[in-house]
Amino acid sequence: MSAYLLRRLAQSLLVLLGVSFVVFFILHLTGDPALVLLSPDATAQDIQEFRETMGFNDPFLVQYGRFLGGALRGDFGRSVRHDEPAFALVAERLPATLELAGAALLIALALAIPAGIVSAVRRNSAVDYVSTVLALLGQSMPTFWLGIMLILVFSVWLHLLPSSGRGTLEHLILPAVTLGLFTTARITRLTRSGMLEVLNQDYIRTARAKGVAGPPVVWKHALKNAAIPIVTIVGIELGTLLGGSVITETIFAWPGVGRLSVQAIYNRDYPVVQAAVFLLSTTFVLVNLVVDMLYTYLDPRIRFR
Amino acid sequence: MTPPAPSAGARALALEAHASPVRREWLAFLRRLARRRTALFGLCVVAVVFVLAVGAPWVTAWDPTEQDIGSRLRAPGAADEAGRVHLLGTDHLGRDLLARIIFGARPALMVGFAAVAISGLLGLVLGLVSGYFGGRVDDVFMRLADIQLAFPFILLAIAVIGVLGPSLPVIIVVIGVSSWVVYARVVRSEVLSIREREFVQAAHALGLRDGRILVRHVLPNTLTPWLVVATLDMARVIVIESALSFLGLGVQPPTPTWGGMLADGRVYISTAWWLATFPGLAILVTVLGINLFGDGLRDTLDPRLKV
Repeated sequence: MSAYLLRRLAQSLLVLLGVSFVVFFILHLTGDPALVLLSPDATAQDIQEFRETMGFNDPFLVQYGRFLGGALRGDFGRSVRHDEPAFALVAERLPATLELAGAALLIALALAIPAGIVSAVRRNSAVDYVSTVLALLGQSMPTFWLGIMLILVFSVWLHLLPSSGRGTLEHLILPAVTLGLFTTARITRLTRSGMLEVLNQDYIRTARAKGVAGPPVVWKHALKNAAIPIVTIVGIELGTLLGGSVITETIFAWPGVGRLSVQAIYNRDYPVVQAAVFLLSTTFVLVNLVVDMLYTYLDPRIRFR
Repeated sequence: MTPPAPSAGARALALEAHASPVRREWLAFLRRLARRRTALFGLCVVAVVFVLAVGAPWVTAWDPTEQDIGSRLRAPGAADEAGRVHLLGTDHLGRDLLARIIFGARPALMVGFAAVAISGLLGLVLGLVSGYFGGRVDDVFMRLADIQLAFPFILLAIAVIGVLGPSLPVIIVVIGVSSWVVYARVVRSEVLSIREREFVQAAHALGLRDGRILVRHVLPNTLTPWLVVATLDMARVIVIESALSFLGLGVQPPTPTWGGMLADGRVYISTAWWLATFPGLAILVTVLGINLFGDGLRDTLDPRLKV
């Protein structure tokens, strides 16, 4: 493993440490975590006892150390609402969220990369205009509105697709399209501008001059170089998708981490909120680590930096 | 006899001559911007939304919070007994939808401007310091930026707002404090190249202090990319504000918010399609306008900028 990857790994660990601190800090925002966790009608004595048993009277750093130790073992305390370990509750829902985010990403890549390439290759053609306008609309459309409109058209009016729940492929279509739209728009625009930039480079002209024509130039010479910014944005977009799942899952009653955390916030079930934020952030950090490894394959220059 | 004082006209002329290089640059910029029709269109949309938000009470005859259970869920175009027309229909409490959409622009723009001001200022300062001094300071801020970017933002925002309770200041501060990264990165990368330029080195050689160099010589040159980021970020913030109100964590009722109206409309989706449709269109049009303007601004000011 190169020094670059080692440094990158250390950096990811540092980021996770920061994440854990912020997650820990959420409960201390109001100044008194006991008041946040207990119901408003708890007596002064209840609060005092609760503070003692939870260790809220200890110094701040001691509490953080304890939280971090627990977090590393997957222990975020028990859910106030469900009386189950918070982490288990969240981990149980993670596959559903990953399924949704994965499907959304697949849709986005399948639509955006061809659209972006065609737009760039046939610049200023009708195809280019249509895809550019659609991408701009997609980037400006709030996902929750799109979700509701899709339900209105495909569930309420046409009775074609279910509006909520998880199970069959049909259940996945509307939420995945909703969640993937913004990412599709982003990647389309990025692919287009990336390809345009690369297609103007000297080595493409050289390839063309040497007689390599048409599609091979686009695929072999241009796309691999245009792929570098696309791969980066895919990593970042996965964060958007994981975060966006909060809203999409709420609209479509999709039983994932996002919906669970919104409900947990309504129920003031903070151990679950902490576990959910921590788990989603960790997923995101790991994905970005993988993306960076892909990067060194695509762009060998990075290995020597 | 005292010589006659120079007339106001002559003074203005002198002032104009003095300011002309800068003004000419601005005029050239405005002319180039005006040539981008989509950007101009975006600016017009934003201006209209802004004027409607400010003049809301004079634009619509309806009170956005006035309930009329007798005429609930009326379709667009329905009139009440007095003959007044509900152009976009009424909601589940009989409130005029159009009036609520117009008034809903207020929290959206308010959160947009205030949050962008906070994050923009924060990002500007951190980016300037980070890029100019480099070294340890830079490392710390950029790692902080990585941590920030590692968060599914909306989840963190709802967690924090859930604990603190939703209110206008909380929403503004949460969005503002958590959006500085893009500004800091763009400003920093700009500073990295500016600090190597001759005029900065000359200022150093003349013995100017770092603080003065930063403010007088570096800062003005970072404002262009900063403005582009701020414009595009405003669009993002407005979507976030409406997402938070959609989840019930935005500005609380009875104040009308676009997101809150969408959440109400979602319940009546099978009986009253207009409830969820029009507030969403309002968000779409506003955000699209800002994005068009921002894109045009970027292409005019600095085509190389990738934001």
